Amino acid sequence: MAAYMSASRLEHAFSTNDFVPEWAQEEVSTGTTIMAVEFNGGVVIGADSRTTTGAYIANRVTDKLTPIHDHIFCCRSGSAADTQAVADAVTYQLGFHSIELDEPPLVETAANLFKQMCYRYREELMAGIIVAGWDKRKGGQVYTVPMGGMIVRQPVSVGGSGSSYIYGFMDSNYKPGMTKEECLHFCTQALALAMERDGSSGGVARLAAITEEGLERRVVLGNQLPKFSNA
Amino acid sequence: MERRFMDSQIKGVSTGTTILAVTFNGGVIIGSDSRASIGGYYVSSKTINKLIQVHDRIFCCIAGSLADAQAVTKAAKFQISFHSIQMESPPLVKAAASVLRELCYNNKEELQAGFITAGWDRKKGPQVYTVALGGMLLSQPFTIGGSGSTYIYGYADAKYKPDMSKEECLQFATNALALAMGRDNVSGGVAHLVVITEEGVEHVVIPGDKLPKFHDE
Repeated sequence: MAAYMSASRLEHAFSTNDFVPEWAQEEVSTGTTIMAVEFNGGVVIGADSRTTTGAYIANRVTDKLTPIHDHIFCCRSGSAADTQAVADAVTYQLGFHSIELDEPPLVETAANLFKQMCYRYREELMAGIIVAGWDKRKGGQVYTVPMGGMIVRQPVSVGGSGSSYIYGFMDSNYKPGMTKEECLHFCTQALALAMERDGSSGGVARLAAITEEGLERRVVLGNQLPKFSNA
Repeated sequence: MERRFMDSQIKGVSTGTTILAVTFNGGVIIGSDSRASIGGYYVSSKTINKLIQVHDRIFCCIAGSLADAQAVTKAAKFQISFHSIQMESPPLVKAAASVLRELCYNNKEELQAGFITAGWDRKKGPQVYTVALGGMLLSQPFTIGGSGSTYIYGYADAKYKPDMSKEECLQFATNALALAMGRDNVSGGVAHLVVITEEGVEHVVIPGDKLPKFHDE
């Protein structure tokens, strides 16, 4: 269930201070749109690039696609601080585990590490994460770990505040068995639609394709995004 | 997002719902789901009709508190027929929408209902008007509303084209309703669609099992 990601839980803890502007009192949030799609041979992941503190856009070129290992990425939504901290912790744990095993880690392992942390600290954290990558055992996989700390594998997953608006588009346009290029096109369109409707999503669309060969990153600038306005 | 937040605070029976209206070449299609719920955990009716005919070629669909919506449409229906008799001609869609707007704006403190008005008139042909919660009136080529509409903004933005044919428009509206009903727990039941053209009014009902199915169903 898509959560309203950019709501600040800490508002009541701070008293209104006239000397500090309102946007500096808000928590930094990646109210956002993130998504990931499996295809035969890998995954495609995508995110917008807006980080907000209240109504101020703290970073308009954020990279929400964070590498966890060579072939495993995560897409972060929710509190920027929480997701960065969790991602750093999991990157460390997974790196250590991979050295112990002497082979590349499984995507399912990375996803479960996220789940363990997000579930244990579910009261304190505000983090919705999509873990996606490629491994030798099961190929391309997408696991979603929403707020609360559940884990489920899905062929296609969307998250963040902007995701509510593209559930219908995702349900109707996703087809199993798409190629890498079709997935990239699907993600670009979905992100563009969400960025158009969600005030907390915007900027550029960042995409990445992860396959056995490695990683391919793309950026679609604002003026190059597909346009859907009827004006 | 504000509309969805308010829907969940409605006491009593609410049409947590999905409604839409779309113009096409020669007419307009207005559609809705058929679920009425209390608090999002009890379905009080599986088959209510949210498409109210306020005049021969003008329909409106309701979102929000069912009681408020029924009271307002009853008053509006009366005022529109009276106006039509006085003018000795069928009312303009804009006039019908304005009547709803007046009622919503003047009683904004007490009411919690939003409307979509759609119809056909001789002056401007097919039209769609939205009357939002506080009483704003807006004319658009198509519009979606209710709690389930959040999930189909992307789909509607991507798939709507101006000047569609009647069949394309029916397909668009049916798909949109099916997608929203699939994701919103307070929308569901059957899909009601009304096609309004110069010739007349055609009511289409699509039961749940005949709705389009998508990849994960």
